[in-house]
Amino acid sequence: MNGIKIVVLAKQVPDTRNVGPDAMKADGTVNRSVLPAIFNPEDLNALEQALRIKDSYEGVTVTLLTMGPVRAAEIIREGLYRGADDGVLLTDRAFAGSDTLATSYALALAVRRLAPDLVLGGRQAIDGDTAQVGPQVAEKLGWPQVTYAEEMHFEGGRLIIRRRLERGVETVSAPLPLVVTVNGTAPACRYRNARLLMKYKYARTDTELQAESSDYIAAGRPAVRLTEWGVEAISADPEQLGISGSPTKVKEIENVILQAKESKRLTASDRDIESLVRELLENHTIG
Amino acid sequence: MNNLFVFCELDEGRPAEVSLELLTKGRSLANTLGCRLEAVILGSGLEGIENELFPYGVDVVHVADDPVLEHYRTLPYTSVITGLFRQEKPQIALMGATTTGRDLGPRVSSALHSGLTADCTGLETGDHYVKKTDTTYKNLLYQIRPAFGGNIIATIINPDHRPQMATVREGVMKREIVNKNYKGEVKKIDIREFIKPEDLAVEILGRHIEPRRVDIKSAQIIVSGGYGMGSKENFALLYELASVLGGEVAASRAAVDAGYAGHERQVGQTGVTVRPKLYIACGISGQIQHTAGMDQSGKIIAINNDPMAPINNIADYVINGDVAEVIPKLIKHYRANAR
Ligand SMILES: Cc1cc2nc3c(=O)[nH]c(=O)nc-3n(C[C@H](O)[C@H](O)[C@H](O)COP(=O)(O)OP(=O)(O)OC[C@H]3O[C@@H](n4cnc5c(N)ncnc54)[C@H](O)[C@@H]3O)c2cc1C
Ligand SMILES: Nc1ncnc2c1ncn2[C@@H]1O[C@H](COP(=O)(O)O)[C@@H](O)[C@H]1O
Repeated sequence: MNGIKIVVLAKQVPDTRNVGPDAMKADGTVNRSVLPAIFNPEDLNALEQALRIKDSYEGVTVTLLTMGPVRAAEIIREGLYRGADDGVLLTDRAFAGSDTLATSYALALAVRRLAPDLVLGGRQAIDGDTAQVGPQVAEKLGWPQVTYAEEMHFEGGRLIIRRRLERGVETVSAPLPLVVTVNGTAPACRYRNARLLMKYKYARTDTELQAESSDYIAAGRPAVRLTEWGVEAISADPEQLGISGSPTKVKEIENVILQAKESKRLTASDRDIESLVRELLENHTIG
Repeated sequence: MNNLFVFCELDEGRPAEVSLELLTKGRSLANTLGCRLEAVILGSGLEGIENELFPYGVDVVHVADDPVLEHYRTLPYTSVITGLFRQEKPQIALMGATTTGRDLGPRVSSALHSGLTADCTGLETGDHYVKKTDTTYKNLLYQIRPAFGGNIIATIINPDHRPQMATVREGVMKREIVNKNYKGEVKKIDIREFIKPEDLAVEILGRHIEPRRVDIKSAQIIVSGGYGMGSKENFALLYELASVLGGEVAASRAAVDAGYAGHERQVGQTGVTVRPKLYIACGISGQIQHTAGMDQSGKIIAINNDPMAPINNIADYVINGDVAEVIPKLIKHYRANAR
């Protein structure tokens, strides 16, 4: 499949797997500032799949697409270090507060503008664990989707994909254009490449450049520009974005605090354990 | 019109456990809302399948029975479900948070522009007042789910769009037959009305699905081990205790990661949710991701050598001691006292 164009959907997420005790503020909201922001793990699996296709065929391009605040440009650089060709940061105040449906609306418009043959995303993002954005982007594009992919290759112009299901595997054959979401069981992403790291270390979006220190500019950094798109660039209808474009609303957020129960304290002595066993037998919990 | 719909999926030709659990929940929500409970089931060779659903209090079963639908595929299933929902206008639609439900749900919700909440752990009904417009929404579905790696619990609502959609994992809701003689109505879906030729673009080349092996979910007594068990060998103590009590062995993720037990035994947010009559937590600290999968158990015994372990907060009985000493004593005293 020479010359195909691939877009990888990647999200910057707070590292919810390493949530410490200071992650919650006193008012019960999440203290995002103490959580490191990372490349969503399964999106890295998706990137690896894209790079493998690029390795196997001539003229394949891989473009990272991410929607988020300005600092999400970090993961575009991260993708470039590993072998992606370029990236687009979708950033605009109007996107803030989007649920999965509004997010996929914006992403689908950006994909339309990039006009790829194949879109790869992660199965789910670890901040929300919804696994909804991939299928919703596919629906908005009117393309088929294949989820839970862990292996894929081309055969006669179609993509043959192995899917990981709860208790087994399924192999499907799908035509392009197509959206595929990649499972964490797929091969891990390759490491950064030293040459690419040097090349893209100073790649910046326009907004980032404006915020950069004068040292950076004085040093005459080779400013590779990263594409930054807002609402106009993708001709989005603001009504369908952000909170107004999101059918789901958060009514209430509750911090998880374990409620202490009235519990009986026992020792490991024979006396204590025997009386416990008798009590459980008497009230028919066991026996 | 405006009834509660449950998408029922098949597992080896029978209605899946999670779908029956959702019908049970759906029945009680429909009672509260004063609407009917309707099921949708798609597949091939479904003759008589409705009789397995009616006992859960289903008023209408919509059946699409066609060889094209033999195995789940995104596009034909989405076309049938969205087509049906456009006609029937459900107020609520529930599906299992399985690889099928989580592939189908978002596609349907996007096509209908309705909100979808994944992996709910609770479904309730209630009102919602919006100050800005001074409107009260009556009888919304409260979709309760953990977020942020389980560190917060959020209640999500969809005030303006229908259906209000949610997915729920297997084992989270209870399954209960309402009346084994309950009879509803069957409505056949004519799939030619909904499926377009391009819906068949993706072909299934092969499937290999393993039968269910260990089933910790239906066990009445669970003996669960954590990282504090110390070794795979020590897990043998748990099998012994489980076998004398007539229960199953489960594990925390740390124990699974350490290779003490297989993944199918993992309890918690990323494992199975269980609610046995008795849960014995041995050498488990009780992190929220674990307790989220077992805190609804009837009675909880915690065996831990740390008197401050968080698991103790939710336990009915706390045994402060070493698992290697306590478990053999439990076995000994059970054998001596049980008849
Ligand atoms: C996104 C996410 C999802 C997760 N999902 C799950 C999940 O589904 N299920 C799950 O279980 N975890 C899950 N975890 C991991 C969870 O946070 C905990 O790390 C895990 O539950 C800890 O397992 P543990 O209690 O066995 O181990 P530890 O936390 O190491 O606790 C061991 C306990 O054993 C006690 N102990 C040690 N030696 C002895 C002895 N000789 N006798 C008696 N007691 C002893 C210790 O005092 C301690 O309390 C998840 C984490 C994340 C971030
Ligand atoms: N803001 C975003 N920008 C780019 N891709 C995203 C974004 N949100 C979600 N995705 C993609 O959609 C997948 C599923 O996300 P989610 O539905 O949030 O679990 C992720 O793994 C990403 O590939």
